[in-house]
Amino acid sequence: MMKKKNYLIGVFNDEDILLTGVKHVRDAGVKIHECYTPYPVHGLGHALGYKRSRLPIAAFMFGMLGTSLALLMQYYMMGIDWPMIIGGKNYTSLPTFFPVTFELTVLLSAFGMVITFLVISDLRPYGKAKVFDLRATDDKHIMAIDLSKNASTQIAELKKILQDSGAAEVNEKSM
Amino acid sequence: MEITSSVRKPLVTGGKTIHDVTEDVCRHVESKPTVSWLLALAVSLGVLAIGAYALVMTLWEGIGMWGLNKTIGWAWDITNFVWWVGIGHAGTLISAVLLLFRQKWRTSINRAAEAMTIFAVICAAMFPVIHMGRPWLGFYWALPLPNTFGSLWVNFNSPLLWDVFAISTYFSVSLVFWYIGLVPDFATIRDRAKGIVSKTVYGALSLGWTGSAKAWERYEAVSLILAGLATPLVLSVHTIVSFDFATSVIPGWHTTIFPPYFVAGAIFSGFAMVLTLMLITRKVYKLEDYITINHIELMNIIIIVTGSIVGVAYLTELFMAWYSGVEYEQYAFLNRATGPYWWAYWTMMTCNVISPQLFWFKKIRTNIVATFILSIVVNIGMWFERFVIIVTSLHRDYLPSSWAMFTPTMYDVGIYLFTFGLFFTLFFLFAKFFPVINMAEVKSILRSSSERSVTHGASHTEASQKTTPKEA
Repeated sequence: MMKKKNYLIGVFNDEDILLTGVKHVRDAGVKIHECYTPYPVHGLGHALGYKRSRLPIAAFMFGMLGTSLALLMQYYMMGIDWPMIIGGKNYTSLPTFFPVTFELTVLLSAFGMVITFLVISDLRPYGKAKVFDLRATDDKHIMAIDLSKNASTQIAELKKILQDSGAAEVNEKSM
Repeated sequence: MEITSSVRKPLVTGGKTIHDVTEDVCRHVESKPTVSWLLALAVSLGVLAIGAYALVMTLWEGIGMWGLNKTIGWAWDITNFVWWVGIGHAGTLISAVLLLFRQKWRTSINRAAEAMTIFAVICAAMFPVIHMGRPWLGFYWALPLPNTFGSLWVNFNSPLLWDVFAISTYFSVSLVFWYIGLVPDFATIRDRAKGIVSKTVYGALSLGWTGSAKAWERYEAVSLILAGLATPLVLSVHTIVSFDFATSVIPGWHTTIFPPYFVAGAIFSGFAMVLTLMLITRKVYKLEDYITINHIELMNIIIIVTGSIVGVAYLTELFMAWYSGVEYEQYAFLNRATGPYWWAYWTMMTCNVISPQLFWFKKIRTNIVATFILSIVVNIGMWFERFVIIVTSLHRDYLPSSWAMFTPTMYDVGIYLFTFGLFFTLFFLFAKFFPVINMAEVKSILRSSSERSVTHGASHTEASQKTTPKEA
């Protein structure tokens, strides 16, 4: 069992207040653990200083893998392992391989990317959700601050920073 | 503070707040099943059971139970297959193509439309599988698996095999797309759940989603790429289905117009089915504020566009038959319009070419009853389109001595019924236990597209005034 940590939870009512709040808190030199929102808030990742996701690159790589596998498979099966003349066509004819190649490219690209997404985001069946506030999936925006990472600042001061940045409530929680 | 556009129509009416969205959508998941829902489920299960008899008999005795003969080797089975696949297309179109085009109105309808896609593709895929006669051997016939026939592989030159890859890829990618979209909403239900069962089930389904900024960032990237992958996929699937016909030399099938014409027809019938289902769902679940007349009108406009493309395609086929100078081709089309299956041809023409044109009248396309009736008419017409293409082209070909007629047996009808039962059973289960509207996405458009602004609480108007751009 992991040791419990203490967090300060700021509850925000609106996405715009959260966005300015994130800037305010970060400008004050406080490290934000993570923000939780009921829907994607555009610009929040940028405000928190996250880098752009590299999932598109993963998708492209998996897609290329699909293309090569499909072409290799068809060339091997139709051209090498059991060559057969069908309708007077060549054993291996690139145009007739296109549909299957396209489908396998899409299939591997989609599955590879989604599995990567689930793995890096630690999403799995019965995965334990670390929920700071149940309202984060309803209509509130939550900002969590890890107290152990901000030990140099007093809790009272942190609370004040959160309140000044527009948080409607500030709660303490140990998880 | 009012930030709603005065130029655009609101997508969500009734002045909903973000919390209202959660309440309105979760209500039917959390409440006990109603009597009308149980009745509807019982009826569809009854149809499923009747159909199951026809299915079992076909598997037991072989497809000799069907009305097929030496001349007509494909009839209801492939008609139903193409029809169901076509219906599936609207879901992916709404969720993928409209996402790429940044159409915000898709958010209210994409969830149910995608569910429809998945169930329709399940129904569609059943037909080629049953048509194999011995589906338990289908794995070796349809997939490139190592086998005991030496190293004889599947034939990659065959459009029927392309179909296997197209349909299975389409099904699995649509399923993943749908599920990824459901995860945040499952988390909402999980966080509201009171009972131990719903806590466990939705807890498992939500994969431990917390709505963290990092996860949302990745989620958006994944959705966008899946949409980018699914868009050409939608077009490819029905294109490949049309290759089943277009790569042959049968008069009436051997045409290059088939791929675009099939895709347009698929979207046409798919949107009709979305409308049929959504008009019922919005009424039963009181979701009129989310699926508004505006949504219905926009879908009807897509029906006019695709219906007109289908109409032009019919006329082009006739023109090309005449202009090609091929007598067999000319006869095939003359036979369709005036031969023994003239009634099927003219049903198709009436339902698909004339009826969608009624939507040019604003009164009709914003009328719920008219839309409902026409959506069913379109689906009947599209079923007849596939029937006409398949049966009338096969029943009279190059050799008059082998001309024949097709009459369906009760097993043909029964298996069609079976898929209806399956489709509606799955849809009713979905409508009860899953959130029928994508809550997270509707919440994200609420600010710009609802009837009223959704700024909360009086205490923070100051902060929001600071950040919200002034009205023009």
